[in-house]
Amino acid sequence: MPGHAKAAIVIALWLASGVGEASAQVKLGAVLSVTGPASFLGDPEKKTLEMYVDEINAKGGVNGQKLQLVVYDDGADANAARTFATRLVEEDKIVAMVGGTTTGATLAMMPVFEEAQIPLISLAGAIQIIEPVRKWVFKTPHTDKMACEKIFADLKQRNLTTVALISGTDAFGKSMRDQCVAVAPQAGITIAHEESYGPRDSDMTPQLTNIKGKPAVQAVINPGFGQGPAIVTRNYRQLGIALPLYQSHGVASKQFIDLAGPAANGVRLPAAALLVAEKLPDNDPQKPVVVAYTRAYQQKTGQPISTFGGHAYDGLMIFVEAAKRAGSFDTAKVRDEVERTKNFIGTGGIVNMSPRDHLGLDLSALRMLEIKGGDWTLVQ
Amino acid sequence: MPEFLQFVFSGLTVGAVYALVALGFTLIYNASDVINFAQGEFVMLGGMTTVFLGLTGVPLPLAAVLAVVVTILVGLALHRFAIEPVRASGAVVLIIITIGASIFLRGVAQVVFDKRFHSLPSFIGGDAIRVGGAAILPQSLVVLAGTVVIVVLLWAFIERTLTGKAMIATAANELAARLVGIDTRAIVALSFAISAAIGAVAGILITPITLTSYDVGTVLALKGFAAAMLGGIGSAVGAVIGGLLLGLFEAFAAGYISSQYKDAVAFLIILIVLFAMPRGLFGPAPVERV
Repeated sequence: MPGHAKAAIVIALWLASGVGEASAQVKLGAVLSVTGPASFLGDPEKKTLEMYVDEINAKGGVNGQKLQLVVYDDGADANAARTFATRLVEEDKIVAMVGGTTTGATLAMMPVFEEAQIPLISLAGAIQIIEPVRKWVFKTPHTDKMACEKIFADLKQRNLTTVALISGTDAFGKSMRDQCVAVAPQAGITIAHEESYGPRDSDMTPQLTNIKGKPAVQAVINPGFGQGPAIVTRNYRQLGIALPLYQSHGVASKQFIDLAGPAANGVRLPAAALLVAEKLPDNDPQKPVVVAYTRAYQQKTGQPISTFGGHAYDGLMIFVEAAKRAGSFDTAKVRDEVERTKNFIGTGGIVNMSPRDHLGLDLSALRMLEIKGGDWTLVQ
Repeated sequence: MPEFLQFVFSGLTVGAVYALVALGFTLIYNASDVINFAQGEFVMLGGMTTVFLGLTGVPLPLAAVLAVVVTILVGLALHRFAIEPVRASGAVVLIIITIGASIFLRGVAQVVFDKRFHSLPSFIGGDAIRVGGAAILPQSLVVLAGTVVIVVLLWAFIERTLTGKAMIATAANELAARLVGIDTRAIVALSFAISAAIGAVAGILITPITLTSYDVGTVLALKGFAAAMLGGIGSAVGAVIGGLLLGLFEAFAAGYISSQYKDAVAFLIILIVLFAMPRGLFGPAPVERV
């Protein structure tokens, strides 16, 4: 009996401490794909959020209150994401949400936040999240449509107008392929030939041989992510194809250069300024932000920087700035202020939101990079 | 014509990878009637262990040898702790256990290694060799040569050594084999060890071409199994021919028909072949055991 009594006291104390702690803090929700196939996105996002929430709290919090980050891992499963979204809204009573690592998870969670009237700042890529505009839904990463437009603009500058696509059949590759095909006519680009490959294929030489045999093609674009683009790049050099090769922002990480090896030299791709933080000219407005984030992240985690953690930084800071301007954590006021975000300098670009644009980035947010000597260089 | 040659090179490269995986299936099946679906994980362990030992500063040749040893130990542990305790349960139960083992090994690899893709440098030079307008990587030739060496060694072991004969005897009739004094438990354990070694060698040879990550085993096991079925499961030569044919089917389908349907075309051809020859191209003739 005394044992039971002791246990009861311990449990009571534990409960009391938990409740006491929670009431003094404002809860910020995050459903991220920390494990599973999208973990290379979700993992840096989680680390970034934790790092900066700690830093903000150490400096006294926001509006005099400390933030408490509530992270759930959906394992890249949209169903799980929706369950966690409901839990965040009903049990955790969050004031805003930064997350949805993947497009699928975000699309599944959006109705929950629309209904509960809580702002959702997504970290996923697809344009469907913000088109059509939904009152409570925002996002920070560039869309694949912007990546296509950036590549086409660079092609025009080099007087190249006829291209071939070789795209992955995964969700990212398909979505970007569709966007590229859709915007090509406006950009004055002709897609002369199309090939595809499965996300786990280990040899793309047959597809590239077919592209090589089309004399009209002047450049090749490879929408896709994972190891596929690295193999495409290797096979491309193996076959001795001399045309310019464009990759997507989906492979904008050091890992791509490591995997593709010397074959990566000469490859161009659009990516956020974050990747070339130290190489930006000193008068670039983004430079201080991206350099500070890069140093903080690398010092804290010891891992190389990726743009995905940067998206989480942007989402968190847009929320914090909006809450400061609103002067409270009233969800409706915070939402209005998020929508009024102007000239916010993030890792992804300079954000100017409006009631019709819940992303707020233009093409200048993407930089055209070329890989030279195993490192990124800015194309001027 | 250069296109045709290029498709052949591509098919042989991918096919040699499938052939190496298929060979691993053959041995365990021969000794114990079990199709070991963790074979793909042996391939993954070979590649990933080499990569990670290399990262810690171990010279790559030594890292490769250590990786083979590690994989053999995993193979033996799989046999000792997962297969042996339920040996009497029949082949289907054991096959399901190997699927569980495959998921388990993938999960462990995710934690012990990481979730990223990795590569190894080519063994001999990285520049493609150009023949008649087509190009083949030197590493593809290494993989093909490795396949031939493994087949010859395996054949010599089975046909020319007493232990090899004991393995055939165990496969034919375990009870009878035990009655003539063969330690059938040790023989089955040995088949797991050798299969693990073949898988690990395959993983090390193919990583410079296909790259590797904790979950490469799934697709490789599926394709390797299809190749083994096509060639006739249990036949080492069949595994190699089946692997090369599957690779060639895929390459020609991707090149001449559509890259979207290359897997579908390859599997359709396998279905047609198995429909006509249910035991595969080189499968042993059915024998009634009385």
